[in-house]
Amino acid sequence: MAPQKPADVAAKVETTKKEVKPVVDKITVGHVHMSGCTGCLVSLADNYGGLLTILDKYADLVYGLTLADVRHIQKMDVALVEGSVCINDKLSVQEIKETREKAAVVVAVGGCACYGNITRFGRGGQQNQPAHESYLPIGDLIKVDVYIPGCAPTPQQIRNVCVMAYLLLKGTKEQKDLATAYLKPLMMAAQRGTTACFCDLMTEVINQGLCMGCGSCAAACPVRAITHEYGKPQGQRDLCIKCGACYNQCPRSWFSFDVVSSYEAINEAIMAALQ
Amino acid sequence: MGAELGIYKSCVSARSTDKEILKASQDGGIVTQLFGFALDEGIIEGAIVAVSKDFYKKYPEKCMACYADDTKEPFRPIPAIITTKAELMESRGTKYNISPNVSLIKEATRSFGLDKVGIVGTPCQMQAIRKGQLYPIGLRDVGDKIALAVGIFCMENFPYQSILQLVEDHAAMSMDSVRKMEIGKGKFWVYGKRGQVVQLPLKVTHKYEQPGCHVCLDYVANLGDISTGSVGSPDGWSTVFVRSKIGDSVWGKAMAAGCFETQPIEKVKPGLELVSKLANEKISKNKKTLEERATFGVGKALRNPYI
Repeated sequence: MAPQKPADVAAKVETTKKEVKPVVDKITVGHVHMSGCTGCLVSLADNYGGLLTILDKYADLVYGLTLADVRHIQKMDVALVEGSVCINDKLSVQEIKETREKAAVVVAVGGCACYGNITRFGRGGQQNQPAHESYLPIGDLIKVDVYIPGCAPTPQQIRNVCVMAYLLLKGTKEQKDLATAYLKPLMMAAQRGTTACFCDLMTEVINQGLCMGCGSCAAACPVRAITHEYGKPQGQRDLCIKCGACYNQCPRSWFSFDVVSSYEAINEAIMAALQ
Repeated sequence: MGAELGIYKSCVSARSTDKEILKASQDGGIVTQLFGFALDEGIIEGAIVAVSKDFYKKYPEKCMACYADDTKEPFRPIPAIITTKAELMESRGTKYNISPNVSLIKEATRSFGLDKVGIVGTPCQMQAIRKGQLYPIGLRDVGDKIALAVGIFCMENFPYQSILQLVEDHAAMSMDSVRKMEIGKGKFWVYGKRGQVVQLPLKVTHKYEQPGCHVCLDYVANLGDISTGSVGSPDGWSTVFVRSKIGDSVWGKAMAAGCFETQPIEKVKPGLELVSKLANEKISKNKKTLEERATFGVGKALRNPYI
């Protein structure tokens, strides 16, 4: 005779219902992995509790290698794309095009997706696909809406964009305005182009008479390629990995008084959103 | 008086109550006293400041190695991270040329392992810090570790070679014989160690300014937690704006601990009116520069960083 379930357990099973979605108005987000090292995804995960809050309250992860149980690119509000596109690989090309078709907002996350980054140095010859030698930033194949440069992009920058994307799509008028103002420079970065180098500091900042020697670029560089000579940045060409962090961190590349002047309120709002 | 002074919670004229600090401070010893107090209280664990070659000789490990070539010249600022009172005292005084302090902001939280960092800097450096907190593109885990950012008033800055030319060619003094430099009362002052004083009209100094300063629209470090400078206050005193919640909290604690002697800004001469006047002069002059940049070439503009 099969063992009988105790009465209280049987009762519990009956009352358990399928979990109701606690927040109806979440946005849908996917992580699309092209040719990258997964460092961007690790950065996203490095938000720890903050990431769980984002997934609890603001965003459903509808696509993501190993993270979401789906094979194909889904329809989604925001696609976070990591890595550049190997144009020698049909599937990669197909997937990036599909991402553009299915996502309302495409965010290039990290140096590879934005500017090619370290994959710019690809020459092929790697097992088990030695013919894979040509890599392009996603902006060379599709229109990209928002850039998050850097190698790796920081957990805080990815977090800020996620919160702002939610406010843009689901917020009140006031929140939409804030999100638009916040995202604007990152959208302009996406329009600016698909190449980056420490030499942007030379051509776009020093040569343009805009550098004042604050030091942001040297702090932002992930490979310590930047020092200062006469108070102005000096890059070591052979070290630069083309991630775009220095130029985009520079207060004289782009600077929004509207947004930055309210830094206290915006930081507090983001922290509150993640509580 | 309006937007040119930025947002602030309070404004006073102040000086440190510590005679030792005042002995070698630029004006009221505000930055040194604030950082000293914040170090004692554990509000910060260290601070990024501009030091000179004597400091480098004593504490080379606190300076960035890549600035080693700059460590032989007098009045050449070297960004450094101080973590003790003794180091702080060694760093006093203004050096009128470029010190890329922000370059150490990430390093302070890495090699130096600081969780609470203080930083002093010019208005543009405060802008860099705040941009870095809102858009931390290359500043992972740095933003929330900036525990106290003190801004200093700034009309413009000079490359080191400009300072050389002003001191050695115009003021005819050797850099090694200089005790202090100062910009005030419409003049560039060079004080010698033997007591000699040379003054240059600012008209002479203008062409030596670094060009990047001419698009700057901030005179009184609007984005510092606290900002300070000599303008507006009597000799030996500094004007202090308390701006953010952090600034308000630190300033309140420092006042309660008796760190500062203060006078109401309304009671001192020349007062906020002069600060306001100079701020407006700087802002309107540089707005004009930005306009000129828009039509600089023939149908070609120079880049405008502001959006």
